[in-house]
Amino acid sequence: MALLRGRGYASVNYPTGMNLGGDPSQALIHATTMGGFVVSLSSVDLGQGLKTIAAQCAAETLGMPMDNVIVDTADTDTGPHCMGTFASRGTHRVGNAVVMAAREAREVMLQVAAEELEVDADDLETDGSGYVRLKGSPETKIHVQDIALAAHFKQGRTISGRGIFLKERSYPVPETGEMDPDSAQAHACTVAEVEVDDETGIVTVLSLHNAYEIGRALNPAMVTQQVEGGAWMGVSHAVFEATEPYYPSSRAHGPVDFSEYLMPGPAETPVQTSVILERPAANGPFGAKGIGEMTANAPIPAVANAIFDACGVRITVMPFTPESILRGLDELRDAEPSA
Amino acid sequence: MAKINEIDTEFFADERTSDFTVIGTPAQRSDALGHVTGRTEFFEDRAFPDLAHVKIHRSVHHHARIDDIDCSEALAVPGVLRVITHHDVPANWYLVLRLIGVEPLDEPVLAEDRVLYVGEPIVAVVADTEAAAIEGASRVKVSYTELPAVLDVEEALSPDAPVIKKDGTNYFVYEGHHARRIRFGDVEEGFAQADHVFEWRYSSAPIEHAPTETTGCIVVPQSGNRLLIHSNTQAAFFTLDNTALILDRPFTDLQVKGGTVGGGFGGKVDVMVEPLACIAATLTNRPVKFVYSREEEMQVSSPRAAERIYIKDGVMADGRIVARKVMLYVDSGAYSRHTPYGTTKAAAHLPGPYTIPNVHADCHCVYTNRTPSSAMRGFGVTIADFAIESQMDRIARALDIDPLELRLRNAYRDGDMKAHRKVASGTALIEVIQRAAALVGHDLPPEYLALSSSTPREA
Repeated sequence: MALLRGRGYASVNYPTGMNLGGDPSQALIHATTMGGFVVSLSSVDLGQGLKTIAAQCAAETLGMPMDNVIVDTADTDTGPHCMGTFASRGTHRVGNAVVMAAREAREVMLQVAAEELEVDADDLETDGSGYVRLKGSPETKIHVQDIALAAHFKQGRTISGRGIFLKERSYPVPETGEMDPDSAQAHACTVAEVEVDDETGIVTVLSLHNAYEIGRALNPAMVTQQVEGGAWMGVSHAVFEATEPYYPSSRAHGPVDFSEYLMPGPAETPVQTSVILERPAANGPFGAKGIGEMTANAPIPAVANAIFDACGVRITVMPFTPESILRGLDELRDAEPSA
Repeated sequence: MAKINEIDTEFFADERTSDFTVIGTPAQRSDALGHVTGRTEFFEDRAFPDLAHVKIHRSVHHHARIDDIDCSEALAVPGVLRVITHHDVPANWYLVLRLIGVEPLDEPVLAEDRVLYVGEPIVAVVADTEAAAIEGASRVKVSYTELPAVLDVEEALSPDAPVIKKDGTNYFVYEGHHARRIRFGDVEEGFAQADHVFEWRYSSAPIEHAPTETTGCIVVPQSGNRLLIHSNTQAAFFTLDNTALILDRPFTDLQVKGGTVGGGFGGKVDVMVEPLACIAATLTNRPVKFVYSREEEMQVSSPRAAERIYIKDGVMADGRIVARKVMLYVDSGAYSRHTPYGTTKAAAHLPGPYTIPNVHADCHCVYTNRTPSSAMRGFGVTIADFAIESQMDRIARALDIDPLELRLRNAYRDGDMKAHRKVASGTALIEVIQRAAALVGHDLPPEYLALSSSTPREA
C-alpha cells in the first residue's frame, strides 16, 4: 500500500448574473429626520453578506459613514422588485441599483445643504465623515443630521432616490445560440494537491492554491469568506456528495440525513492560500463582478487532475468516490503486462 | 485578527482607482453577531397560537397512473383538519419562470391523474400538530397502475422510450429545436485540419444543496383577506408571483417576508411550499406551517441536475484547440423547474474560457422519471467546468505540453469572439494562471509570463 501524492490544475471563468429574463433588481433609499438613510430592497441576504454590501455601496455613493445606513430587505410590501438572489448577481445587480438610488438621494442632499449654507450645490463635497463641506473652504460645512432636519421641517423636501439595474433581456438565436446572457466574467485558477490511499481509495485534498480575479473586492473580508467557503463546497462536490450514488442505474441508497449524506468536516478541510486580482468591470458597482458560485467550481477538476497525477486513474464521474478510485486502480493493474 | 486574502494590486494597476472611503474595507457582516449569538430570527422562530401543520402524501412509484385516492382514514386521524387534493388548487399547473413567459406549464402542484417520480406530492394533510399531519399523510390510500419509467437521459431520447410528458416529448423544446444549440465556425473543417482528435465522456450524479435550514414557510391570515407569508425563499417575488398565480388571487392579497436564510445555494429558488400553505391557511383560517423534514430536503427537494457530457476536440500539435464538439445531456427529472434555463446557461458557457474558432454544441434538457432538478450554485456551469478542465489536462498529457502553458495558449482575451457570439471583454484568465503558477512555484517560460489578457491575440 502507499499514499500517493499529486498536483492538478484548473482554470475557469464564471458569468455574473443571467439576463435571459432581463433579471432586474430595484432599490429605494430615503433619509430619516435625523440623517439616517434607509435602503429598501426585496432582495434576500443568503448569509453571503448582501445587506453589508448594499450598505457599503450606499455609504460610498452618499459620501456618508456606513453607520448612517440601514438596509431593509425581503418584504414585498415595503421593498421594490428584485428578481432574487442567485446567479452570482446580488453584488452586481443590487449593488448597481443601490448606487443609482443613492446618487439621486445625494443630489437632493447636496441641494438642501446648499440652500442652508447659501452656496452652489456644485461646490459641495462629502468625505465619508458625515459632513457636507464647501470645496476649498473646510470651515463651511453642515452635518447630515442638520441637512435632514432642514429638509423635513424647513424646506419640505424628501431626500430620496430610486434605482434599478436592468439589462435588456437576451433572446437566444435558436439556430446558432447567439446570445448575451451575462454582465461580466470573473476568473479563477486553482492548484490542488491531493493524497490518494491506494488501499482504501480515499482521496485527501491536502491544499488548494487559488488566484481569483473578481473585478473589485468591495469587502475583502467577505471575499475571503466566499473564496474559502466555496472551495470547501467544491471539495465536497468533488470527493463526497451524491444523492444517488449509483446514478443512473437506480434511485436506491439515497441518503436521508447527514449521517448518510457525507460532507467534509474540519479534518477534511484543505489548507488554502488565495490571492485576489482586480480588473474592474465597466458595468459593475465600483467595478465588482459576481464571485459567489465560481469559487466552488475550479477545485473540482483541479482535484480530478491531481488524482490522475497521483495514481494514474482518470476519474470522469463526479463524485470521486473511493470505489471509483479502487476500480480505476484495478483496471490499471489488469492492463499491465504480466511479468 | 481574521484572515483576509491578499489583493495583488500589481495586475491591472492602470485600470483600478482607489479613492474610496467605504468600498474595499473589511466592514463586518451585518448579520454575523446575530447569527453567532442566536439572536437572528428565522421564519420558524415566530410563534403563532393555533398554528396548524402541513405534511404530504407522496408517490411511491417512478411513473404510474392514479386510479383512486382515498382520504377517509386520513380524515379520521384525531387532529387532522383537512385534506387538500388537486381539486383544491385553483390553478394547479405551473412553471416557476411563467412570469417571464417561459412555457409550457408542466408541473402540477398536486398530482392529478398521474405521477412522474418517486416522491411526487399527491395529497396535503393539514392538522393541529405535526405528528397528526404525518400520521394523516401516511394513511392516505392511493391506488396506482404502474407505467414504464425511464431513468437514463440518453434512453429517454431514444425513439422507443416511454413518453412521460403530456406534450409528447421527453425533452424541452427550444424554439422548435430538440436542444439549445451553439453553432460557431465549421467544426468538421476544424477536425479535418487538426493534428489530433480527442473524444471523452464525463458525467455527474445529482447532489443536494444541504442547507442547514430546510425549505419552509409559515402563512398567517391577516385582516382584510390578505395572507402574510414568512418564508426562507431566495427570491421573494418569485414566491409572491407564482403563489398568486397558483391561488388565482390578486397579487395584492399576498405579502412575502423573508430575508434570512439558513443556506440556499439555489435550493430555495423554486416555489414548493408557499402555495399549499396558503391554501391550507385559507381553508382553515389558521396560521399554517409547511416545512420540509431533512429526509424530504434530501429526497424530494430539487437536486443539482445530473449531467452527461461528450467532448470531442480537434487539436494542433502545438496545443491550439481548433474545433470542439459537445453533446450535453442535462437530467431535468420529471418537470422543468429551472433546468431548461440552466441548460441555456450551460450552452453559453461552452467552450469555457478558451478561444476556439469552431464550436458545435447540442445541449439537451431531458425529462426522466426522477426528482425534478433545478437551480444550484454553479447552475449549468460546474459540471461543464469539470469536463472542460479534465479535457485540458488529458490533452496536455497526451501532447506532453505543460498544463498551464496549454491553457495560456488557448486562453480567451479581450476582443476574442466567444462561441455564443459575444465579444469577450474584461478577461483575466491569463493573469490568474500566471499568479497561481507563482503561488506554487510553477515556472513559466518568459514568453508565457509576457502574455496579457488585454493584448490582442496574434493573428
